[in-house]
Amino acid sequence: MTLSTSTLDRYIDGQSPIHGLDARVKLLLALAYILAMALLPPGAWTGIAVSAALLWWVVLRSEVGLRTIITRAFVALPFALVAVTLVFTRPGAPILRIPLGPWVLTATDVGLTAFVSIVLKSWLSVQAALLLTATTHFTDVLYALRALHLPNVLVAILSFAYRYLFVMIDEGQRMLRARECRSAELPGRRGGGSIRWRAGVVGQMVGTLFLRSYERSERIYVAMLSRGFSGELRTISPRALSSVEQGLLLVGGATMAGIVLVSYFV
Amino acid sequence: MNLIDLAHRMALAMHIPDGFLSVPVALAWWVLTIIMIGIAVRQIGDSLNERQIPLMGVMAAFIFAAQMLNFPVLGGTSGHLLGGALAALLLGPWAGILVMSCVVALQALLFQDGGLLALGANIFNMGISTAALGYFVGMPLLRLFGGKRWGLVAAGFVTAWLSVMVAASLTSIELVISGLSAAVVFPAMLFVHMFIGIGEGLITVAALAFVVSTRPDLAVTLAGYLSPEALRRPVDRGSMIGVTGVGLLLAAGAALLSPLASASPDGLERVAEDKGFLDRALGPVFNLLPDYTIPGMDGPISTILAGIIGLLIVFALVYGVSLLLRGRGEGRTMGQQSGSRSGD
Repeated sequence: MTLSTSTLDRYIDGQSPIHGLDARVKLLLALAYILAMALLPPGAWTGIAVSAALLWWVVLRSEVGLRTIITRAFVALPFALVAVTLVFTRPGAPILRIPLGPWVLTATDVGLTAFVSIVLKSWLSVQAALLLTATTHFTDVLYALRALHLPNVLVAILSFAYRYLFVMIDEGQRMLRARECRSAELPGRRGGGSIRWRAGVVGQMVGTLFLRSYERSERIYVAMLSRGFSGELRTISPRALSSVEQGLLLVGGATMAGIVLVSYFV
Repeated sequence: MNLIDLAHRMALAMHIPDGFLSVPVALAWWVLTIIMIGIAVRQIGDSLNERQIPLMGVMAAFIFAAQMLNFPVLGGTSGHLLGGALAALLLGPWAGILVMSCVVALQALLFQDGGLLALGANIFNMGISTAALGYFVGMPLLRLFGGKRWGLVAAGFVTAWLSVMVAASLTSIELVISGLSAAVVFPAMLFVHMFIGIGEGLITVAALAFVVSTRPDLAVTLAGYLSPEALRRPVDRGSMIGVTGVGLLLAAGAALLSPLASASPDGLERVAEDKGFLDRALGPVFNLLPDYTIPGMDGPISTILAGIIGLLIVFALVYGVSLLLRGRGEGRTMGQQSGSRSGD
């Protein structure tokens, strides 16, 4: 069994208008959305609700499934643990006291507001990024990045990395499986050596993987040479954005700016 | 749930998602990252022949896959590689930076490991700082130890461990400047990563030893250092600056951390805040721009201004350091790479 692209790649095929949208527009709008989320002040519940409604409406139009996006977005939530402490460290009106030995943890309203805001904003940001990935081929994202003036070298490295990512992951999976096959364990007894020894084994696997990757890159280069590669990656230069796409960018950006401004001053 | 998901779940501790960094912090680190990548692209651009594009792309895929090779540690947790130090030691600093930056960017763009606004910070923490450290500390260490087998083990281990700690410290610093509680974030991050760093060190050492003993010609940068004539040369000024610089950084970091680490319980910090002496207790760095606002102004504009001023200060520092390092990194790596190229 090898891992096919479909189990790893988060792209979800579809024919929706969101899928059809130019990758540059989607990338910029996703960035604008994430920036707006970061700029929203803590406790701007209306702003957060409006942004969520907006995003979910787009998700529904994209036909990738609201549930898929929402549940996948939980991936980043463990990080919220880092922010939990805000509840107890921000000064404000105490709402709960937890005695803890010699100390008393005091939860404050300001802290709770800050914590819940951060978690919600982060959750929505992840959803926006997920929507981008789910409706845009990675090659199109790369095309968008090049159009937005990412250096050519980086685009080239990224596209090679993407192309061989799944090959190398398969290679790694095979090595893991081979190790598993050789790691019999008696019931009730701990198999394998010390942690140091296990780390050493993984290190040798990493070394082997490095050699295989290096040799593969040499073969790739030779294959490219034999097909006439002269050191220059030829690509179609990006077309200009149509007026509809420009309008969409403008409207999207203005909406997000509006939500942020209204949250600050109302 | 497949293996890759699992491995990535473990690595999440250092991938900052969007929403946790304040906008000035996120933008400041984007600027730093863009500058460093710009320098790396320029450094490598001169020597970049068409062969290195597929090489670096495949190397990024390799690091990505290598992060998935894990081993059980205790109670269901597993150790695995981050790879920054290894990449720098095998490929040189600039190629290492580019490869690691691409790995972190791919993780964010493909798998949402780490946010897009926070990507600048994530690339800097896990890509740039680890690769830079791997080379500018690892290489001089290798030479100080004289190319013995134990020297490779010691230098590789120390470098890999340090790279994880520096990445964790940077992550904590960014989170703390963004307003999270230093008393919790720092000790928790550093404590956990002290152990993750040990795993990183062990894997890195074994991988280096494997490559050096099977295909010494491939460990381009390492082979340059491990050859007898390279070892006979005295440690040059640039390497000393590299090691001293990192040493100073670590010392400064420790000085900054010590008052925070001792005040770990939340309750204590809460008391401090009630009594209003927390700002004073935090020391000089935070007094420069108290609470990230400009005195005499308030509101979001002041925060953003303060962010920009802070950014300029950091920028000036990093630019100065990069100028120091630049003059020498160039001659050395290029020479080695072209040397080995003609050899194969």
